Amino acid sequence: MADFIFWVIWALIVASAALVAFGNNLIHSVFALMGTFLGVAGIYIFLNADFLAVTQIVVYVGGILVLLVFGIMLTNQISTAQISQSSVQKGLGLVVVLGVATIILTAVLPHDWVGSTLPMEFADTVTGIGNLLFTDYLILFEIASVLLLGALIGAATLARKEL
Amino acid sequence: MDHLSSYLVLSAILFSLGLYTVVTRRNAVAILMGVELILNAANINFVAFSKFVTHNLDGHLMSVFIIMLAAAEAAVALAIVLNLYNDRGHINVDEANALKQ
Amino acid sequence: MIKLALFILFLPLFSFVFQIFSFRRFEEKKGEWVSVGIQFVTLILSLVMLGMMLSKSDPNFSIELHQSWLDLGIFKIDLGVYIDNITVIMLVVVALISSLVHLYSTAYMAGDVRFSRYFGFLGIFTFSMNGIVLANSLFMIYIFWELVGLSSYLLIGHWWEKDSAANASKKAFITNRVGDIGMFTGMLIIATVLGTFNFQLIGERIHDGMWAANAGMLFGGIDPHKLLTVAGVLVFMGAVGKSAQFPLHVWLPDAMEGPTPVSALIHAATMVAAGVYLVVRIFPFLTADAMATIAFIGGLTAIYAATIAITQNDIKKVLAYSTVSQLGYMIMALGTGAYVAGFFHLVTHAMFKGALFLASGSVIHAMHHSLHHLNDHDTDPQDMRNMGGLRSKMPITFGVFMVTTAAISGIPLFSGFLSKDAILAGTWTYAANVHDGWLANLHLAWILPVFGFGAAAITAFYMFRLIFMTFYGEAKQPQIFKHIKESPNVMTIPLIVLAILSLFFVFTLPSVNPISDHGWFTTVVQSPESAVTTGPAFDLEHFEHGMHEAHVPAMVTSLLVAGLGILLSVLVYLLNKISAEKLAAKLGALYRGSYNKWYMDEFYINGIIRPFLKGCNAIGRFDLDFYDHYLINGWGRNTKRTSKGVGMADDLIVDGAVNFAGIIFQWLGWTLKFIQTGKIQNYLIFVLIGAALLYVVNVF
Repeated sequence: MADFIFWVIWALIVASAALVAFGNNLIHSVFALMGTFLGVAGIYIFLNADFLAVTQIVVYVGGILVLLVFGIMLTNQISTAQISQSSVQKGLGLVVVLGVATIILTAVLPHDWVGSTLPMEFADTVTGIGNLLFTDYLILFEIASVLLLGALIGAATLARKEL
Repeated sequence: MDHLSSYLVLSAILFSLGLYTVVTRRNAVAILMGVELILNAANINFVAFSKFVTHNLDGHLMSVFIIMLAAAEAAVALAIVLNLYNDRGHINVDEANALKQ
Repeated sequence: MIKLALFILFLPLFSFVFQIFSFRRFEEKKGEWVSVGIQFVTLILSLVMLGMMLSKSDPNFSIELHQSWLDLGIFKIDLGVYIDNITVIMLVVVALISSLVHLYSTAYMAGDVRFSRYFGFLGIFTFSMNGIVLANSLFMIYIFWELVGLSSYLLIGHWWEKDSAANASKKAFITNRVGDIGMFTGMLIIATVLGTFNFQLIGERIHDGMWAANAGMLFGGIDPHKLLTVAGVLVFMGAVGKSAQFPLHVWLPDAMEGPTPVSALIHAATMVAAGVYLVVRIFPFLTADAMATIAFIGGLTAIYAATIAITQNDIKKVLAYSTVSQLGYMIMALGTGAYVAGFFHLVTHAMFKGALFLASGSVIHAMHHSLHHLNDHDTDPQDMRNMGGLRSKMPITFGVFMVTTAAISGIPLFSGFLSKDAILAGTWTYAANVHDGWLANLHLAWILPVFGFGAAAITAFYMFRLIFMTFYGEAKQPQIFKHIKESPNVMTIPLIVLAILSLFFVFTLPSVNPISDHGWFTTVVQSPESAVTTGPAFDLEHFEHGMHEAHVPAMVTSLLVAGLGILLSVLVYLLNKISAEKLAAKLGALYRGSYNKWYMDEFYINGIIRPFLKGCNAIGRFDLDFYDHYLINGWGRNTKRTSKGVGMADDLIVDGAVNFAGIIFQWLGWTLKFIQTGKIQNYLIFVLIGAALLYVVNVF
């Protein structure tokens, strides 16, 4: 059963991401992107990453996706829900991207990463992440806060009418 | 679901699709969506490796920081997109070629 | 009961919000009555609570509701309300005075420029004062403590166009800050050692020995008992600021720049009593030394302020110093362990001092209108030298003044007699029995009854001086006198209510014995057990017993000294048997000292503020002259010289190389510009192709 659900989610991610990449309607793409994000959250659950799954939903679906929708709505004269989008250099892009994908897969798959060790089943990651954030990753955490502040100020400054 | 490779393949596909989006789309917001796909692919890798290989939470931490970064990036990028729109009346990236001059 | 309390707490906040955000639209439509109505609703609610409390008549009654506010793992802060008999009585006092002041203000402030703001600020003040009263922890008290400080600041500065009012509000705020620093430090010491701000938990944990166990370890081996003394005195510093105790009393007389109803509400009845209330709350954790300090400061303030009040001519200044002096009484009472007496005096004082201020407001109002009528804008309506003989023109105000002056002077049949007497008996008992605390160790304990009785005599003297100068004799300015009118009903009704509440039986029912304070008040308010177990603590049981014995001698003495004060006042100001000017001339330096408030303000300005500013200037000059001029600029000059030399070398050698490189790249750029499309996605493709090539080259 779990296996079945896993592959369903797997397929959902691939399908919706494909729609993002190849779809002709920008609105459809955004909704497909939501499918991808939710699917990735599901993958996190299979990987025992409960905290990340929740963060994924809250930040991506709740925040970034809404931002993107705002971006679309604010930059198109909307009369219908049909916002078509076009692409450039499709052929060249497809070739190069397929090449990159081939390289990644050939580089990664043959290597035996796991060896004989069993996968680790984390029971609760929140405590561990919290502890690490305030010990080993404290400086990174602080830098991240400064970065967020910078992004906040930067976004606010950029979004003003008179630059 | 118990094999690392299934996650790696998924992440590779997601990455490639994101890359394709970034490379081919004209609309700046669509490009942003591609960037999000790429970041998600990276996240899946981090978390998968942390479960199957390193057996600690460092990968999760990285993912947390990536999500944080994605949020910051989305905010700033959208501000830029809005500026671009105010300036040009469209957000087609291939016409934003002021770099050429 | 908790629900009632929460209603009482938040209704005034609603009044604030209403007045600030929507009142302008109702200005013509009598919008102030919304606030007045809200206040009377809270008054009714608090009276309901009082009724519930009296029907229980349980001295140990208490309920508590708290809610986690900040949880940092090992360190938690809870906010909540704690209700016991003292809380209920305080709620009634605050609601009563506040609603009467609201009612009174509708007439007193009529036509004011910032009428709606005024009522809004009264609302937020009442809200924050209720917050202090209901607080269950030091932390919550501190929050509302600052809020009352803020509303006091806003209301003192209500007429901020006047420099004196703006300065007075700043002075009040800053002076309070000095005390609050101490209070905050004390709070943090207590919270560090005990891990809680909650009053009940602090008491329990000190009693269970947690203080003795932790304090030494956390504070570098200090004696826990000494640390508790320090913590107690530091928290008390907050009360010194808020309750205008020596040496931080200087702000209160200046605060009289605010509207008179505000003085009645904030600077006489409630906010300044918050300091006393704080001491009531921390009473169980005070060590003998801390109590001695508190008693001494209170006693010193009581006599010190009383001596100043003698010579002031501004009617509100006299009352202001009298307030400082009476607050000193309460603090002294708490310091000597006369817990019930101290709190009793707080309540009775709130009634009669509120009435005195409102009555003086009535006089000022009448004077003001008369001056307005005469188109005279220079004469000071608050100066008693311009009054005299007002008795016939303002009979109700005069009657109220007489009743409340009798109460503050400690004349039997009035409430002030009972509470003041209990305090004096308390100091007497303390002096006779105490053997802990530094006052006793220095054999100075008898100084407290001397302070107390001295202040009682002086109080009687200056209060009757005020009455005689204002209401008796001949009108000193007949012009003004002619247009004096009694104030309107909405102003006199609060006066009458408060005057009735200054009678003794209000506090002693069901028993009616004018010389004994035994009644409902002493039944429901009883001294708490001291939680202090380390070192010598205060022996409360012994004290209660001593109070009974000291009662009669203290009463006789206090009547004697009060009579003496009144007699002197009658001789000097009513019958003119002794000339005040000659007396002043004879006392020379003493008179000048008192008139100039013992030069306390001058001391602060010359002793603290000026040297501080001078120090700042000196440091600033050092910064500019030495640091900037020699170090920074000197360094700059040297760098400039070095740079010149380096620059020359740069031009010849480095630039030559750079130009050469430039030529190469110019050529390269010219050739490569054809793949430069300016489209970022093209570049990305190139990057990917490059990366793929690198990988391929690496692997194969």
